[in-house]
Amino acid sequence: MADKMDLNDVEVWDGNMAASQALRQVQVDVVSAYPITPSTPVVENYAQFLANGYVDGEYVMVESEHAAMSGCIGASASGGRVATATSSQGFALMVETLYQASGMRLPIILEVVNRAMASPLNVNGDHSDMYLGRDSGWIQLDTFSPQEVYDMSLCAFKVAEKHHIRLPAMVHQDGFISSHTAQNVTTLTDDEAYEFVGEFQPMNSMLDFEKPATYGTQTEESWHFEHKANQHNALMTAVIPEVEKTFAEFEAKTGRKYKIVEDYYMDDADVAIIAMGTTVETAKLTARIMRKEGKKVGVIGLRLFRPFPFERLKDVLKNVKAIGTLDRSSPNGTLGMLHNEISGVVIENPNIPVMTNYIYGLGGRDITVEHLKGIFAELLANAEAGKRLQPIQRFVNLRGPELSFFK
Amino acid sequence: MSEQKKIKNLKSFSTTADRFEGANLLCPGCAHSIIVREVLNATNDDLVLSAATGCLEVSTAVYPYTSWDASWIHIGFENASTAVAGSEAMYKALKRKGRLPQPDRKPKFVAFGGDGASYDIGFQWISGTFERGHDIMYVTLDNEVYANTGGQSSGATPIGASTTTTPAGRVSYGQKRQKKDMMSIMAAHGSPYVAQVAPNKWKDMTKKIQKGFAAEGPVYINAMSACTTEWKFPAQDTIAVSDIAVDSLMFPLYEIIGGTELNITYRPKNIVPVRDYLALQGRYKHLFKPENEHIIKKLQDDVDAKWEYLQRREEARV
Repeated sequence: MADKMDLNDVEVWDGNMAASQALRQVQVDVVSAYPITPSTPVVENYAQFLANGYVDGEYVMVESEHAAMSGCIGASASGGRVATATSSQGFALMVETLYQASGMRLPIILEVVNRAMASPLNVNGDHSDMYLGRDSGWIQLDTFSPQEVYDMSLCAFKVAEKHHIRLPAMVHQDGFISSHTAQNVTTLTDDEAYEFVGEFQPMNSMLDFEKPATYGTQTEESWHFEHKANQHNALMTAVIPEVEKTFAEFEAKTGRKYKIVEDYYMDDADVAIIAMGTTVETAKLTARIMRKEGKKVGVIGLRLFRPFPFERLKDVLKNVKAIGTLDRSSPNGTLGMLHNEISGVVIENPNIPVMTNYIYGLGGRDITVEHLKGIFAELLANAEAGKRLQPIQRFVNLRGPELSFFK
Repeated sequence: MSEQKKIKNLKSFSTTADRFEGANLLCPGCAHSIIVREVLNATNDDLVLSAATGCLEVSTAVYPYTSWDASWIHIGFENASTAVAGSEAMYKALKRKGRLPQPDRKPKFVAFGGDGASYDIGFQWISGTFERGHDIMYVTLDNEVYANTGGQSSGATPIGASTTTTPAGRVSYGQKRQKKDMMSIMAAHGSPYVAQVAPNKWKDMTKKIQKGFAAEGPVYINAMSACTTEWKFPAQDTIAVSDIAVDSLMFPLYEIIGGTELNITYRPKNIVPVRDYLALQGRYKHLFKPENEHIIKKLQDDVDAKWEYLQRREEARV
């Protein structure tokens, strides 16, 4: 039996510690992991909990991220709670197994501390790894601060492990900006957190010898399509209601309210910035400043990235006149992913806003209030003109001459 | 030691209930199914099995059917070892926490992979699994070629074999690289038990599998699996070819206990020339051309040297 930890009501944790503490509080049965900057402290903290008797599950330190997720798959198919953490190159090495985990409907939790993808090598935060996982059939929750890392990690277990969901879930946080920045985190006690997530309920466990289970069969053209469609159907129909239900329960317990699409100042906003990660916080601050100047600006933060909250976005964006989509990943030959996805939403509304796409922050490059003020100013000008006054795609805070595309 | 099946003769062996069914899509004459049955029949304990992508996997769990009457998982080509290692870790965690569905039953964890999955693409995963000391058995079904994808050379392909990626031709005698010595590599991991087996020598094999199951920790078994399709011999000759393989010492049968103690477990009464083994298989046909005769000599020299080495290791007890 693991010892309980007495936490202060408010702890000073960085995003990595917030993730580690959530893993400890839900008493994960198997953590199979491999270190990589900037997610390494997630598993280091966990190892320390183990060394001090606060965890009594198995901690398997494997030889690569591919093996980490492979071990998680074997463990999860054996009927217990499973989690791991990774970033960037490690995430990329895991990609094959991400598809296998979701295809086998295994509720593994993956703490992803977002980081740039080489080459050139870079350890800082951007969303390239997060985008790489977007078609892998996982639930993807995004966070903007250490508090949210903690809260979303608890919610992720609760959603993923439901028997009608049985899908793995990633909890994303920005490398360094969130993962290594200590902030106040309001905690739950160990008992409260465990009770909120609940005891793991096994289904089709390989360790139930009275009812042997088969995982990872061969399906060619006869059945493969149906399996994939079934998985998509679960993502499309079951996950959003379950996430919203879980958020409501979480609010009842903690008073902290979350939405699948976080919206700030959107009630009467003429223009909106849509972003993910810590940039949402900076955009919120910028909007607050500009609101004082009488500018009708708003901010959307995607809390749930997969499944994509299409209906909610459509509703919240129905009255805006101009939208700036902020992609923290190199689009490498097209428009930003967020831009394309949001465009696919707003085209369903009667009034289609003017869309612009901002590529920013790659490899940890700062985005500041001043940059965001500039973007809002462009969006306001577009809204007033009723048409786009600049190229669709711009690069923000880039050295050298201005770079823009789709003129 | 947990309960183990007593096997007195072939008849009782062949009539024992199977946890691997004959209803599968493997080629007629494929040795894989013989090996798998012999492994599973060596214990009455519960089983958690994994298979690497390959002939065995694609032929035995085609949705909505399965040939396996035991828990079974396939993730990918490279990670069959880590799949059962993960399951074994969960077993330990749930046992400690008192949450096993049947707490008194201790399963055996067994992974199967072809030589491509073991010698090549899954090598790192096997090494990691062994280094961590999981209580599992890893069985390589060694047919010396990527058979499932149509016969490409692997790290287990012997010198002189013609494969689709090392074809014999006007100026080539086929595979030029030495077969990787997985037995030594796995013994060097400090594995409690490493053994080379052949399904035709079923008593020897069963004994070794049972020894492996009795050992605590990661056990490695390299099982010769004669491949009618890629070795190119008639499907009814699998056991005959296997017999010559062990009698020519192309596949010597031995075990290594605790990483050092080597025992030869089968000494042919009459050692057959390697040439006779090669002559049975289409993959070596080109070696009998005059310009390639030196490769046959090299293979014989290599086999002789290896046999000498094994005998010296056995004598030395180190």
